[in-house]
Amino acid sequence: MSGALQLEVSDLHVQIGGDHGAVRPIDGVSFEIEPGEAVGLVGESGSGKSMTLKSILGLLPPDAKVTSGSVVFDGIDLTNLSQSRLNKVRGRRIGMIFQEPMSALNPVMRVGSQIAEGPRVHLGMSRAQSIERAMDLMRRVGIPEPERRFRAFPHEFSGGMRQRVMIAMALSCDPELILCDEPTTALDVTIQDQILRLLAQLCHESGTSLMFVTHDLPVVAQVCHKVAVMYAGRIVERGTVEEVFTRPMHPYTLGLLRSAPDVDRPGQSLEPIPGLPPNMASPPSGCRFHPRCQFAEDDCKVSDPPLRLLDGDRATACLHYERCLDQIGTES
Amino acid sequence: MSAVSAGPAAGPAPAAARIRARRARWYRQPTLMAGLVLLAIILFMCYGAPLLTSFNPDTQNLLEPLVGIGQQGHLLGTDQEGRDTWARLLYGGQVDLRVAGLAVLFPFVLGIIVGSLAGYFGGWVDAIIMRIVDIVVAFPFFVLVIALVFVLGTGEKSIYIAITAVGWVSYARITRGEITVAKRQEYVLAAQSGGLSSVRIITRHLLPNVITQSIVYAMSDIVQDILAIVTLSYLGLGIQPPTADWGSMISDGQNFLTTEWWLTTIPGLAVVITGVALSLIGDGLADLLRPGAS
Repeated sequence: MSGALQLEVSDLHVQIGGDHGAVRPIDGVSFEIEPGEAVGLVGESGSGKSMTLKSILGLLPPDAKVTSGSVVFDGIDLTNLSQSRLNKVRGRRIGMIFQEPMSALNPVMRVGSQIAEGPRVHLGMSRAQSIERAMDLMRRVGIPEPERRFRAFPHEFSGGMRQRVMIAMALSCDPELILCDEPTTALDVTIQDQILRLLAQLCHESGTSLMFVTHDLPVVAQVCHKVAVMYAGRIVERGTVEEVFTRPMHPYTLGLLRSAPDVDRPGQSLEPIPGLPPNMASPPSGCRFHPRCQFAEDDCKVSDPPLRLLDGDRATACLHYERCLDQIGTES
Repeated sequence: MSAVSAGPAAGPAPAAARIRARRARWYRQPTLMAGLVLLAIILFMCYGAPLLTSFNPDTQNLLEPLVGIGQQGHLLGTDQEGRDTWARLLYGGQVDLRVAGLAVLFPFVLGIIVGSLAGYFGGWVDAIIMRIVDIVVAFPFFVLVIALVFVLGTGEKSIYIAITAVGWVSYARITRGEITVAKRQEYVLAAQSGGLSSVRIITRHLLPNVITQSIVYAMSDIVQDILAIVTLSYLGLGIQPPTADWGSMISDGQNFLTTEWWLTTIPGLAVVITGVALSLIGDGLADLLRPGAS
């Protein structure tokens, strides 16, 4: 596991719109994924996490563009790759799973053909070979009777089965990395659990790295090794899942953890984070979280704190992160 | 295929059941069915002409000009050169239907290709293509077709070129509009994330989702094309004599309108009936494929 990084995103900036009234939904995001690792990216709606994921594969909407920074995958910078060379990475070396499998599957195409399409295009398989492979994948993701289900249309499947089809599609060319955009948000909890287990198990078996975008903290805890917390277009904290969840070093992370129910501490009331995420057209000065922060000082309003690397993989963008640790300490 | 599947479910049926019910019931659509039956009869009569008449449509018999209906073995009489009208009607229909079928196919294909490119890529590609479409649309259909055939010279090939040059714009507009909407669907993003080429995304993923509108339109377009072909032949710009064709039959017969009225009326009726059959199919298909149709 040593040596080359699988994916390295450095100082990524994305801008929507022209020079006048431009919005920067991603404002200097950096993170890295090692081979075989599962990394979670969490944050509220509008924090830029989905946008970050889309910019990795160059799938930004037409009015958005990467203004600076790089996305290096296995030594190749994906941000300035031509369309045809990018297409050799998309689907072949990096797979993607979407939030809503019903709308991400083509309604008029048989599911088997949709799974077989990747191997046909990227691996140069014949029709018969690709069908064979699609059946095999359907079996691996736990779709019963692939011979019969192969010719079904997406509307004939349940939500969980559709997401299994999406996973089969993402795995179809043995990618080195799979990007997941809230893959379980549209599913109910029991199905959610099955899908997460399946995903984690398949990636573990094949040594595939996983990047997992979600707003659901327990999901991250179940699947990921490392986690990055995003707020208002920036990463505010990074570290291993265990470290970040037990010893949060950013008041926003602390707030997220406090606002999620915990089975180990029943009866404890939830504490929502006061206020709303900032309007990205005019983000607040200084630390972007300071208007909602319980520990904010005068210096938070003025200086814009960078993500500071602490020991190991740990990093935080809070000037007064010790206070979060103190808060945790006084409670336990 | 019994009455079991026919009863409409109470409340909003799930999408799957609705599609299944729609498939099972296409033959219950009276408009579509009437149109299909009528067209089948017309096609059978035209292409089964050798079974229905023993006369050659082009053989002149100057000893028997302008024979009345049912006389001397001629079901619908003969024209001024003694050619059997019934035979000419059937064989002429073959020509008109074949030319109309091809004349609708070329603009259909061209319009869909051009419209897909405009809709999928947008930007300047879209702007240029749609301005060309606007220019073509600004001319009346018949005026432009007649003018083009006049310039290109008479004959079948000119008809195809003229109708294609004028007719593609409708298909381009329909397809462009549908693709502009459909390309924002997530399955297109998913296809892009799978590293598929633009051509593959358009042909395999987008067109199957949007092509029905163009097919429905083609059914009404073919009516217009038959009229255009008949009009051109009537004006002497279309199918050339001695080949029989409904337009030239109407044109030839009009000199005898006061005495042998059937010479013009019968091919005219043939055009009307064919037009009605195709319009019924078009309407029926539109009803059947319209989203939310019950």
